[in-house]
Amino acid sequence: MYAAIHAPGNFPVLVECAGQFSPLVEETSSDNVIFDVRGLRLIFGAPQHIAAEIHRRLGVPGNVAIASNPDAALLAARGIAGITVIPTGREAAILAPLPLYLLGGSPELAHTLDLWGIRTLGEFAALPPIGIAARLGEEGVHMQRLASGTATRQLRLRADPLEFREEFEPESTVDLLEPLLLLMGRILNDLCARLDRQSLATHEVRISLKLEQAPEHRVTLSLPVPMLDSKVFLKLLQLELSEKPPQAGVEKISIEMIPVAPRTVQHGLFQPPSPEPEKLEITLARIRNLVGAENVGAPELIDTHRPDRFRISTIHRPIRGADPLVRGRSPDRPVVTLDQRDQGIARGPGGPPPALKFVLRRFRPPCPAQVWCTSHGQPVRIHSTKGDWRVQACAGPWLASGDWWSDSWDLEQWDIEAGAGLFRIHHNRRIRQWFVEGEYD
Amino acid sequence: MLVALPITPGFVPRQRTDFLDSALGPIPRGALTEIAGPASSGRTTFLGSLLAAVTANDEFCALIDVDNAFDPASAAGVRLSQILWVRCGGNIDHAIRAADLLAQAGGFGLVAIDLGNTPVKTVHRLPLAVWFRLRHAVQNTKTALITVSQRVHAHSCSELKIQLARDRVVWRGKLPGRLLEGIDVSAQCIKNHRGEQHTFYVRRDPCSR
Repeated sequence: MYAAIHAPGNFPVLVECAGQFSPLVEETSSDNVIFDVRGLRLIFGAPQHIAAEIHRRLGVPGNVAIASNPDAALLAARGIAGITVIPTGREAAILAPLPLYLLGGSPELAHTLDLWGIRTLGEFAALPPIGIAARLGEEGVHMQRLASGTATRQLRLRADPLEFREEFEPESTVDLLEPLLLLMGRILNDLCARLDRQSLATHEVRISLKLEQAPEHRVTLSLPVPMLDSKVFLKLLQLELSEKPPQAGVEKISIEMIPVAPRTVQHGLFQPPSPEPEKLEITLARIRNLVGAENVGAPELIDTHRPDRFRISTIHRPIRGADPLVRGRSPDRPVVTLDQRDQGIARGPGGPPPALKFVLRRFRPPCPAQVWCTSHGQPVRIHSTKGDWRVQACAGPWLASGDWWSDSWDLEQWDIEAGAGLFRIHHNRRIRQWFVEGEYD
Repeated sequence: MLVALPITPGFVPRQRTDFLDSALGPIPRGALTEIAGPASSGRTTFLGSLLAAVTANDEFCALIDVDNAFDPASAAGVRLSQILWVRCGGNIDHAIRAADLLAQAGGFGLVAIDLGNTPVKTVHRLPLAVWFRLRHAVQNTKTALITVSQRVHAHSCSELKIQLARDRVVWRGKLPGRLLEGIDVSAQCIKNHRGEQHTFYVRRDPCSR
């Protein structure tokens, strides 16, 4: 048994009224709603009483109809003023005098029926179904079923937006971290259980702590992959709050999880090991607490020729098969990359000694130095905090400059063999100062 | 029916399944390897080649950089997105703690501690228990634990010790057009109290300047 309400221009009222009777509500259009009224007989009595109660609670002018199927109820509500109750089996008779335009459908179908002289639902329902199927196709057959009140379907229920947010207001303010984490752990457990029921995970947890006579304390846990482990969230939260604790007692806790589809991973039999994301995230949080967040991550070169320019980003899982040298290799055959070939790692027995490429060890920041040069400008002696060296051999200078349009830099670089090592030094020509940049190792 | 299988005399259960391929032969996984040598002896270059080999195999590496000396621009062949770089700002205690956490976390193909610029005395002050703990953390895993320093410190905790020394510096041409070509390095790999002598060249990347 379904009820339909038709009240043009009062959509919020319609939805609110339908929600008072049933959670199963279809918002058909801005003027109509259909909802399930099965089971209301025990509360309100016969369908007439249910319809009267709906009409009474509606509070605005509108039509109410109850029928055995949603479409018949909707047609009756749109076409018959006031309250209409259609007993089962009497749909065709009651809908028969209603005008044909209530059916809707394509303009071509309406035009064809108009040419045939069909003006009411009853006239359309009386036509032979086989002839309708032959001339108007599937759409015509469906429309005829609607006109006769025999079409059945499920309600297209409105989907509430999923919100995973919980709040808790303790009786007294919480000043210590441990009881606060205890309360948060309970909320996190509930939210994770709710996400799990919906087969979802989260990639962001937002925590908001209302403090006593202090601005709100907000914490956001951004996760690299979707997760659903309340213990991991609690541990990350503990590390975050122990580093930056709230400045006053907590009056209210609010936690929100942003739902996303869960992570699906197919582990390969010969796949090299990689850190578990949950475990890695906790480890990284601990290391960040130890050395600072800006000192942990994957280095990423910045597209510039200025020396020592990089940024720290998050480490990524490798994309399997992205490297043509890795793709398709057999597990028992070691892969040799072009770089390794250059470096001679894959040399055969008796081959030439391998050659590796120089790596520079940088002094950060570059070490200021005092340099004595010959009349040709070649460095002969260097004095810095790293030591006092006599230059044995040198190569250079190589000029490097850039960014003339903004923060320009202009260097004169030298490679020198001095003291106990090989160093790269440079002369900053803008500030007329020598620096030891690093050592080749 | 139970069948008794013969036990091969001298059978030793194998704990590690594979090794890292390197210019100086296999580097054991699940064990501690020490790379030691003075400044400009090719230690960091050799470590860079290991990082390149491991990341090329789609594995993750962790580099614990005590003195913030790693230069990503000169690390040829290393997939930087698969390197976890931890900069410790000269604090060796933080470095050891971070190495311990990363070794415990598991999943890394290589965990390297770069103590190359740290004074020998500072590293020597670390108790032997630190190296035992680190060795124990990676035991029976696929992680190769590498330290780079000026001298070897871990004694029996390290399975392989690689002692590097710079033989000569190779220059090409004459000033003002002279180029630093590279260095010749001799390496002594000590494993189970037996030493093997190797040599390799370190060459400047022609694209680096």
